[in-house]
Amino acid sequence: MTVDDRAPARSNVSLARRAWNIRRKALQMGEVQGQGYIGQALGIADVLAASYFHAMDYRADEPEWEGRDRFLLSIGHYAIALYAVLMEAGILPEEELETYGMDDSRMPMSGMASYTPGMEITGGSLGHGLGIAVGMAMGLKRKKNPAFIYNLMSDGELGEGSTWEAAMSGAHHKLDNLICLVDFNDQQADGKSTEMLCSEPLGDKWEAFGWFTQRVNGNDLDAVVAAMDAARNSDHSGPRVIIFDTTMCKGVPFLEQREITHFVRVDADEWGKALDVLEEGKPA
Amino acid sequence: MTMASMARKYEPRKVTPKEERQATSAMIASLAAEGYDTVAAPFGQALVEAAKADDRIVGLTADLGKYTDLHILGNEMPDRFYQMGMAEQILMSAAAGMAREGFIPFATTYAVFASRRAYDFIAMAIAEENLPVKICCALPGLTTGYGPSHQATEDLAIFRGLPNMTIIDPCCADDIMGMVPAMIEHNGPVYSRLLRGKVPSVLTRHKPDYKFELGKAQMIREGKDALVISTGFMTMRALDAAEQLAKDNVDVAVLHCPTIKPLDVEAIVAEASKGGRLVITAENHTKVGGLGEAVAGALLTNGVAPKFRMIGLPDEFLEAGALPTLHDMYGLSVSKVAEQIKGWL
Repeated sequence: MTVDDRAPARSNVSLARRAWNIRRKALQMGEVQGQGYIGQALGIADVLAASYFHAMDYRADEPEWEGRDRFLLSIGHYAIALYAVLMEAGILPEEELETYGMDDSRMPMSGMASYTPGMEITGGSLGHGLGIAVGMAMGLKRKKNPAFIYNLMSDGELGEGSTWEAAMSGAHHKLDNLICLVDFNDQQADGKSTEMLCSEPLGDKWEAFGWFTQRVNGNDLDAVVAAMDAARNSDHSGPRVIIFDTTMCKGVPFLEQREITHFVRVDADEWGKALDVLEEGKPA
Repeated sequence: MTMASMARKYEPRKVTPKEERQATSAMIASLAAEGYDTVAAPFGQALVEAAKADDRIVGLTADLGKYTDLHILGNEMPDRFYQMGMAEQILMSAAAGMAREGFIPFATTYAVFASRRAYDFIAMAIAEENLPVKICCALPGLTTGYGPSHQATEDLAIFRGLPNMTIIDPCCADDIMGMVPAMIEHNGPVYSRLLRGKVPSVLTRHKPDYKFELGKAQMIREGKDALVISTGFMTMRALDAAEQLAKDNVDVAVLHCPTIKPLDVEAIVAEASKGGRLVITAENHTKVGGLGEAVAGALLTNGVAPKFRMIGLPDEFLEAGALPTLHDMYGLSVSKVAEQIKGWL
C-alpha cells in the first residue's frame, strides 16, 4: 500500500495543523476538567498526528472496520490525547469534548474500550498493551489480514516485565505487522524514568530482542513521518519499534519550562493562557 | 538471619523402612481410585474434536503443553497451537489479543501460575472486556506433593472475586469432555481446573445418564441423613465415602456442583431445604472463599440454615510429600471424608 492510497492522508490539512488541533482539543478538555495528563498529550501530539493522518488506514464512520490498522493505547492515562485525535479524525464527535471526564461521558479520564469508539483496548494497568498487540498481530496473521497493529506505550512501561515478555514473543513469532511506539518523555509518577528504573541503552535492548529499531525526536514531524514510513516498509522479518524522544508540554513554552512532573499542575487561569499561547503558534 | 515468624521445618528426620516409604507424587498426580475406568487426556481429546469443527479455536500454553494435555492439539493440529514460552503474562495478553480478533483461545498453564502470576492480565485484558478466553489449568488444589509453589489452594477464591468470570472445577473425565464444548458455547471468559493424563471416569459410573451442564449442580446420589455439596474431584471422594458409609447404614446424598460461578443457587437451596439433613460442602481448595463459603452465603441469603459443615483445605501453606499422605493429613481422602461426616451426624 502506498501512502496515497490512504484516505486520511489525502486531506490537504497539514500534519503540523493536525498536531496543533490535537494540542488545542487536549487543552480544551483539560480546561473542562481543570486537570488531565496534559503534559503527555502535548508531548505526543505530533506522533498521534502522523499515526492518524499519515500512517494508518481506517474508516472514521466505521471504527471497527475489519481492514483497519489497530491503534492500541497501552497508557490509559493518555486518553485525553487519544480523544483529541479521535475527534480530529472524525471518529468521536467534537460536540462531546465538554463531557470529558464527566459522569456518563464516553471519554473517561483513563481510556477504556467499552466506553469509547476507536479505543481498541482498556489500558491503564501498565505493561498490557504490547502483549495484547502480540496476540492481535498473531490473530491478523491467522486471518491473512494485512493490517498493522500500532501499540503506543510510555517509557515507564519499560519497567514492567510483561513488556519484555511481549518483546521477546513478538520477535519469536516474527510479527512484522506489529509497530510499537514508545513515548520517551523521561517522566513517570515519582520522577524521571531514567532515575526510577533506567531502561537505557534502550535502542540496543530492542535491537537485541530482534526488533527493527529507530529512535527519533518525537516532536520533529518530518522525522516522525520518516520513521513511521520506514517501520511500515522495512523488509525486516520481525516487529518494529520507534522510540520517540518527546518534550512534555510541547507547544506551550511556559508549561514546557515549568518543573516538569508526571501530572503537570495547571492553575485554573492558566488553561486559557495556554490556549492563547498555542494560538500564537498556529500553523497554516 | 531468620525472623521468628518465618516457617522452618528443619528438625532432623528418621529414615522410614524401605517398604513403608511413600514417594512424593510428581507432576502427574494420579487420582484414580480403584474401580474406575480411566480416559487418556480427556481435555486434549475433547479440544481436538471441537477444533476440527470450529476454526476459531486455538490453543496457547506457557511451556506446559505436555502437562495440561494441550500437546494433543499441538500434535494433531500444529497450526492451531501456539507455544508462548515460560511467560504467563504474555500467554494471557496474547490470548486476549487473539480473542479480540475473533478467535476462541484456550490458554493453559498450572493453576498457581494463572491465579497468582497472571492475575492482572486475566482481570484487565480478558475479564474486563468479557473476551471468550478459556483458561484451563492443571494441578488444582492439592494434586501435587511439591508444596505451595505448585499447590493452587486459593485459585477459586481469587477468580470468584473477578466479575464476568465463569469458574469450573470438574470431577473427572466425564466432566472434562462435557465442559469443553460448553465452554466454547459460553460467550465469555472461563477459568477451569484440569485433571490430566489418565483421568478416571467417575460420574457416569454412579449416574449413567450424567452430562455436564454449565451452571448446573446435579444430584448424583440420593440420601436422607446428610447432603454433601461437592465440586471437583471431591465429588469422587464424597461418592466413595457415601458407599463406605452406606455399609454403616448412613445414607448420604451427593449434589455435584462443578460450576463454582455462577453458582446453581436454585438447586443448592432446594436440596439443602429438604428434610433436616446435615449439609456438608466438600472442595479441593482452602475453606476460605471457595465452594463452602459460596454455598453458606447462598443458603443464608435465601433463609435456609441447616446444620452446616465444610470439608476443605486449611488456611495454611501445605506440606510437601506423597499425595495419599497429604490427602489423609488434610482430610480429603475417602476414609477421612467418611470419618468427618460420621463424626458430625
